[in-house]
Amino acid sequence: MTDAPKKPIIQIQNVTKRFGKVAAVDNVSLDILAGEFFVLLGPSGCGKTTLLRMIAGFELPTEGTILIDGQDMAGIPPNKRPVNMVFQSYAVFPHMSVADNVAYGLKIAGVRGGEVKDRVAEALELVKLGGFEDRMPDQMSGGQRQRVALARSLIMRPKVLLLDEPLSALDAKLRAQMQFELADLQDQVGITFVTVTHDQDEALSMASRIAVINKGDVSQLATPSDLYEYPANRFVADFVGSVNIFEGKLTLDEPDKAAVDCAGLGKVYLNHGVTGPHGADVWVALRPEKIYLHVPGEGKAVRAAAQDAPEGYNFARGKIKGMSYLGDITLFEIELESGARIRVSRPNLSRHDQEDFTWDDKVSMHWRADSPVVLLS
Amino acid sequence: MALLSRTPRAPLEYSRTLWMRLWVGAVMVFLYAPLIVLMIFSFNDSKRNVVWRGFTMKYYDKALNNDVLVEALVNSLTIAALATVVSLILGAISAVMLWRFRFPLKGAVDGTISLPIIVPEICMGVAFLMFFAKVQWPTDLIWPLNLSAITIAHITFCFPFVTMVVRSRLASFNREQEEAAKDLGAGEWQMFRDVLIPHMKPALIAGALLSFTLSLDDFVITYFTSGPDTVTFPVKVYSMLRFSVTPEVNAASTILIILTIVLTAIALKLQGVKAIAETH
Repeated sequence: MTDAPKKPIIQIQNVTKRFGKVAAVDNVSLDILAGEFFVLLGPSGCGKTTLLRMIAGFELPTEGTILIDGQDMAGIPPNKRPVNMVFQSYAVFPHMSVADNVAYGLKIAGVRGGEVKDRVAEALELVKLGGFEDRMPDQMSGGQRQRVALARSLIMRPKVLLLDEPLSALDAKLRAQMQFELADLQDQVGITFVTVTHDQDEALSMASRIAVINKGDVSQLATPSDLYEYPANRFVADFVGSVNIFEGKLTLDEPDKAAVDCAGLGKVYLNHGVTGPHGADVWVALRPEKIYLHVPGEGKAVRAAAQDAPEGYNFARGKIKGMSYLGDITLFEIELESGARIRVSRPNLSRHDQEDFTWDDKVSMHWRADSPVVLLS
Repeated sequence: MALLSRTPRAPLEYSRTLWMRLWVGAVMVFLYAPLIVLMIFSFNDSKRNVVWRGFTMKYYDKALNNDVLVEALVNSLTIAALATVVSLILGAISAVMLWRFRFPLKGAVDGTISLPIIVPEICMGVAFLMFFAKVQWPTDLIWPLNLSAITIAHITFCFPFVTMVVRSRLASFNREQEEAAKDLGAGEWQMFRDVLIPHMKPALIAGALLSFTLSLDDFVITYFTSGPDTVTFPVKVYSMLRFSVTPEVNAASTILIILTIVLTAIALKLQGVKAIAETH
């Protein structure tokens, strides 16, 4: 994932798709760059799949233009587009052997003889299915069928590979493994991948850039870490990862510091400016893992240490109302003194960490002044 | 030895209860005993064919040398073959049309297509009789054109069955396969040939079997549409019965049964029994 300037391979310009009166995709414009692993992320029904299907040619935009490699796709049917798709159900042809499935596109294109065999073997090798040529799809697992679908598309050497919820039908372990494999594969073949998913973990782990789609519109387009650490609005903050959101008023906003008065959380200090209108209604988003929960007795020491930079830290007190032990971390739900609840996660660094806390314990916590994100919408 | 093992019966293992076994046995007897008796008595050395008088093959000889009977059998097979081919094409096309497209009066067309299944055969027979008389359909054509009226009538009541079977198969088609084929460069026709027809194949075979057997043993409609010189096998057997039930009829029927079984076996072999069972 180099940062060298790349040319856009797909340009989506003011595209709208209406089904009846409902706009599934509402005036979307975005550029997908050559060689990137682009993810369209959003809840079900947000229009991300419609967008993907418009790129593939299975849906036609009501308005707007889609360019692939500079060429306007209007009037070009799916079978003439330089893109290939891996379907959610994989859509492997059940009556054809693996080799026939993979070779299908080549045969339609008129490729004959030894070249077909060589390219099938090469494509199957690429997806780690070497030697499976004669298997029938019903003799394979879901994960293997997906690899067949991948090989069947990759053999066409498309300019862009479209993947519709590629991992949703796999079990958790396999999904985690396939996330890495897909990213590896994309590195190897150098083809632009465009993936649709509703799973934020999937998106964060695979993507070079993510477009978060909400109600047919792009909420934010950013790299995974920017999306997570600098969400642009409440929808993105909430949809990507887990977050505490508190409503408040911006009372201090200078280039190097800001403060928000929250009803639920008290005064929240930040060590950077927000450039929002003074006194405006804003929201503070705070990730559970950015809050440090003090073990009994630790709070005082932290406060003492923070004496030098009182505005570098934020403190809060509360009572543990819920705990859920997840193995690697423990998730706490804490009732603050204001009555509002906040979620805090704590890594279990030692085997006995979870024994330090129990229900109704009074606890204190702190977070750094660069942790909260102020959202204007 | 599984028979001797006394593992307790699980609650849903109905096949291991005595009354269920008796019931299955009784059903088998009701279904097949008449056929088996018919086959056995085709070897009966007796004109009356009521009491067993010893084994003979002479009625097979007689049946096969009965020119009218053989002609009727050839007629029946010809009609069945023609009706099957045309019904298959018509039925498959109408099924795909009803499944794939939206058009005005689709509901009406849908209902009308299955009408021949519902309408009593006797009404169909009378209707065909009147229709062919009204249009003055020629009855004095050479073979096999003299079978055209019967064949047309058979196609009319066979193809809705093909439509039904194929449609239910199409309902289980994953549209993403169609899109995948097109995505890989296939045009409409290539997709149809490479993806849709293979998916429909078990239903096409089941539909062909249905059409063939329906046509082969149809009596009522055939009776009304056959001309004086166009006798089919069931019609001929019926006319033979009017004189007496001779083992010749049994022999002819046995030949027909075996023919049907062989054809069915070939069809099943072509596709594999599993795929046929998949067509709900």
